[in-house]
Amino acid sequence: MATTAVALSERENYLNKEYGITSWLFTTDHKRIALLYLITITFFFFIGGFFALLIRLELLTPEGDLLLADTYNKMFTMHGQVMVFFFLIPAVPAVLGNFLIPIMIGAKDLAFPRVNLLSWYLLAIGGCLMIYTILSGGVDTGWTFYTPLSTHFLDTHVITAALAIFVAGFSSILTGLNFIVTIHRMRAPGMTWSRLPLFVWANYATSIIQVLGTPVLAISLMLVALERIFNLGIFNPQLGGDPLLFQHLFWFYSHPAVYIMILPGMGVVSEIVTCFSRKRIFGYKFMALAVIAIAVLGFLVWAHHMFVAGISLYAAMVFSLLSYFVAVPSAIKVFNWTATMFKGSISYSTPMLYAFGFIGLFTMGGLTGLFVAALGIDVHVTDTYFVIAHFHYIMVGGMVMAYLGGMHFWWPKISGRMYPEFWGRLAAMIIFIGFNLTFFPQFVLGWLGMPRRYWQYSPEFQVLNVLSTAGATILAVGYLLPMLYFLWSMRYGKAAPENPWNGAGLEWKISSPPVTDNFDETPLVTWEAYNYDELPQEVPVGR
Amino acid sequence: MFSNTFPLWPARASSISGPVDALFIFLLMLCGLMCIAIFTAIIVFAVRYRRRPGHEAIPIEGSNAVEFTWTLIPAGVFIIIFVWGAYLYFQERTPPKDSMDVYTVAKQWMWKFQHTEGQREINELHIPIGRDVRVIMTSQDVIHSFYVPAFRIKQDVLPGRYTIAWFRATAAGTYHLFCAEYCGTNHSGMVGDVVVMEPAQYQSWLSGGQAMGSLAQTGQGVFDSLGCSTCHRMDTQGRGPNLMGVYGKPVLLEDGRTVIADENYIRESILNPAVKVVAGFKPIMPTFQGIVSEDQVNALVAYIKSLNPQPVGPAETPTFKGPAASKADTRQR
Repeated sequence: MATTAVALSERENYLNKEYGITSWLFTTDHKRIALLYLITITFFFFIGGFFALLIRLELLTPEGDLLLADTYNKMFTMHGQVMVFFFLIPAVPAVLGNFLIPIMIGAKDLAFPRVNLLSWYLLAIGGCLMIYTILSGGVDTGWTFYTPLSTHFLDTHVITAALAIFVAGFSSILTGLNFIVTIHRMRAPGMTWSRLPLFVWANYATSIIQVLGTPVLAISLMLVALERIFNLGIFNPQLGGDPLLFQHLFWFYSHPAVYIMILPGMGVVSEIVTCFSRKRIFGYKFMALAVIAIAVLGFLVWAHHMFVAGISLYAAMVFSLLSYFVAVPSAIKVFNWTATMFKGSISYSTPMLYAFGFIGLFTMGGLTGLFVAALGIDVHVTDTYFVIAHFHYIMVGGMVMAYLGGMHFWWPKISGRMYPEFWGRLAAMIIFIGFNLTFFPQFVLGWLGMPRRYWQYSPEFQVLNVLSTAGATILAVGYLLPMLYFLWSMRYGKAAPENPWNGAGLEWKISSPPVTDNFDETPLVTWEAYNYDELPQEVPVGR
Repeated sequence: MFSNTFPLWPARASSISGPVDALFIFLLMLCGLMCIAIFTAIIVFAVRYRRRPGHEAIPIEGSNAVEFTWTLIPAGVFIIIFVWGAYLYFQERTPPKDSMDVYTVAKQWMWKFQHTEGQREINELHIPIGRDVRVIMTSQDVIHSFYVPAFRIKQDVLPGRYTIAWFRATAAGTYHLFCAEYCGTNHSGMVGDVVVMEPAQYQSWLSGGQAMGSLAQTGQGVFDSLGCSTCHRMDTQGRGPNLMGVYGKPVLLEDGRTVIADENYIRESILNPAVKVVAGFKPIMPTFQGIVSEDQVNALVAYIKSLNPQPVGPAETPTFKGPAASKADTRQR
C-alpha cells in the first residue's frame, strides 16, 4: 500500500510518511488506525460470511445432512457473534468514522490518539480470543447467550466467546468516548454544531449509545461467566434466580446496539445523497435531531424482544408503544433523503447506487419493523425467519450497503486511487439483487411459521429456502468483487484528485491521500454544511 | 398459491388466527403502499432530475410544515397499529372462563402433555374443536417456546414457573407444533403435532387411552404419599393452611401482601415455600425441590385446584368450571 502511494504522489502523505510494520502497529495517526480497523473487520466479515454460507448450504434441503446439528448451531452462533461484534459495530465508526471525523471537523487527530490505538488493540485481542474460540471447537449458545442454556447446559467455549466480546466491547466504549470528546472539543473555528456534517452527528449519537450501553453488555456477559464458574444462581430458578433477568440485561444493550449498527450508516447516506444530488440536505435540523432521538428512544424499547418471553401484559404494551415512537424519527430520515433528491441533479455513480439501495432496503426493514412491533403479530412471527429477514434488511441491506457506499465514496481520499467505476456499479447491482433474493423469501418463511435456528425443517419450506440459498451465493460474489477491485486499484487505479466528486465537506479540501496532520493550517469554516449551491454542478469523476 | 409444496399462507385453525391475519393484511397493504410511494418518488426523482447538460439543481433548504406533516401523520398511523396489535395481544394473553387445561412439561428435546383426565402424550397433543384450551407449561431444563403457527400463538416455556398459552381450535386437522426458542443440539427436532378433533372423536380418543385415573387423582396420591395432609388438614387445626377452595382466591401473606392463589403461587409454595408464607402460619414447610418431579408438581397443582368446597366430591370428579377457577383464569397473564 505504502509503495504505491509513493509512486502516486510527490507529496508526503500519511501512507508514505513512514514504512515498516512498527510504523503501523505503533501509529497514533487516526487514518492509519482506521486502516488497521479496515483490515481487521474485513477479515472478520469474510469469516462471518463463510459461516453464513455454510448455514445457507445446510438449509438447501429439509434434512440435516451437510453439517451435524451441533456444528450447525455453532455456525449460526458464531456468524452472529462475529458479524455483530467484530464487523457491524466497528464497521462505519471505527473505519470511516476514525478516518473522517477529525478531518470533517477540521482537527489534526482525535482527542486521545493513543487511546484510539488502544481501542484497536482491544478489538484485535477480542478478535484473537474469538478466533481461538472458533479454532478450539466453537460455541453454540446463539449470539444471544440466553440463560440457563448458556450457563448450565452447554460444554462448549462459552467463556472464551463471552470474554472475546467483553474485550471487544471496551474497544467500542473507548472509541465512543474518543469521538464524543473530539466532537465537543476539537472543532475548527466556525465549525458550529449546526454546520457539522450529518455523518458527524450520526457518529456522535452512536458514541452516546456505545458509552452508555456497552458496559451493560459487559456486565451481562460477566454474569454468564461467573454463573458458569461459581454457579451463583442469578439466572438459575432452582436457586431463586430468574432467567428472564438475563434477557432484560442483554437486550438493554443489544437493542440499542442495533442503532450503533445503523446510525453511522445513516450518516454515510446523508453525505452521499447530498453530494450526488448537488443539494443541501432537506431539513438539516430534523435530520440531526432524528439521530439523537433514535439514540435516546433506542434505550427504551429493549423488551420488544421479549413479548412472548413471559413479561407482563402491560409491560409488553408499554414497550410496543415506545417501539412505535422510535419508528417516527427513522421515517423522518427516509422522507428527508427522498426529498433531498427533489429538484437535484442526480448522478448514478457507485456510491449513489449504494445509497439508493440503502434507502430502499432500510425502508423495507423499517416497515417490517411495524409488523414485529405490533404485539398481536409479533406473537406469531417472533423467533421465526420473519425476524431474521427484518433485521437483515436493516443490518445487511441497510448498514452493509451504507458501509460499502461510504467505502467507495471515500476510497479516493483513503487510498489516493480511483476504483474502477464500471465494476463498482456492477457490484452494487449484484449485491442489491443477491440481497433481495436471499432475504425476501425469509419474510414468507417466517409468516408461514418456520422458526429460526432450525437445522432441519418441514419439507413445505424447501422452495423458499432454495431461493434464499441461491440469493446468498449471488450475494457472496457481490461482496468479493469490491474487495478484489479495491486491492487492484491500490496498484493500478487512476490517481485520485483532491475532490473527485466536488464534495462539500472539509475532507474534500485536503489532498488525497491526506498528509499526516490532515491540514496545513487550521481551517476557518465560514459556510453551512452541504453548500452545494455554491459548488460546481459537475461531478468530475465517476460518470 | 396454497399448494402443499409451495404454500404462501399458513393454515388458519384457531379463533385468533383470523383477527391476526386481518391486521397482517392491513399492514401489508399499508406498508406496500408506503413502499410504492417512496420507491416511486426515488425513481421519478432519479430519472427526472438526472444530471445532464443544461440541468441544474435548485437549492431547497427544507420546510418545517412538511417536516411536521410527515412526523405527525406517521405517528398517528403508528398509534392505530399499536392499539390494534395490543388489542389482539390482550385477547391472546387472556384465556376465557371455563377453559380446558392441559399440563405441559417441556424438556430437551420433547413435549410432554398431560390431560386432566389423565391421558399422557409425547410430542402430540389431541384437543377438541371449539373448546378453549389453556396449556399450562413449565420447563424441566432450558427455555423452550410453544409455537403452533396455524393457531398464530407462541409462548416461551420457562424453567421454575408456569407460563400459559390458550387457543380455541376452529378447524379439524393436524398442525405443526414447533419449539421456537433455541434450546440446544436438537432444537429443530423438538417438534410435534397438534391434532384437532371433532368433540365426539375427542371423547372417544380420551376414553380409548389407558386409564390411570385423572391428573387430580394422581395428585392426591402424591399429596398423601408425601404426607402433605399431615399439616394441610381439611379443617382449621392444621399447622399449614387448609387448601380447600384456595385456588383462585386472594391469600393474605405474613408480610401483609395479598396474592392470588393461581397455578404459579401453588407451584412456588411447593418448591419454595418460605417465599410467600400465609399470614398466621410459621415458615416451617420444607422445600420439595428435587423431591417432586415436574409431572408430580403438575399433578399436585391439579389436585389442589380440584379441592372445591362445593357439594361435588373434590377428588373423584375434578371440576375446572367452578367460579373460583374462572376468577383465576382472567388473572393469568
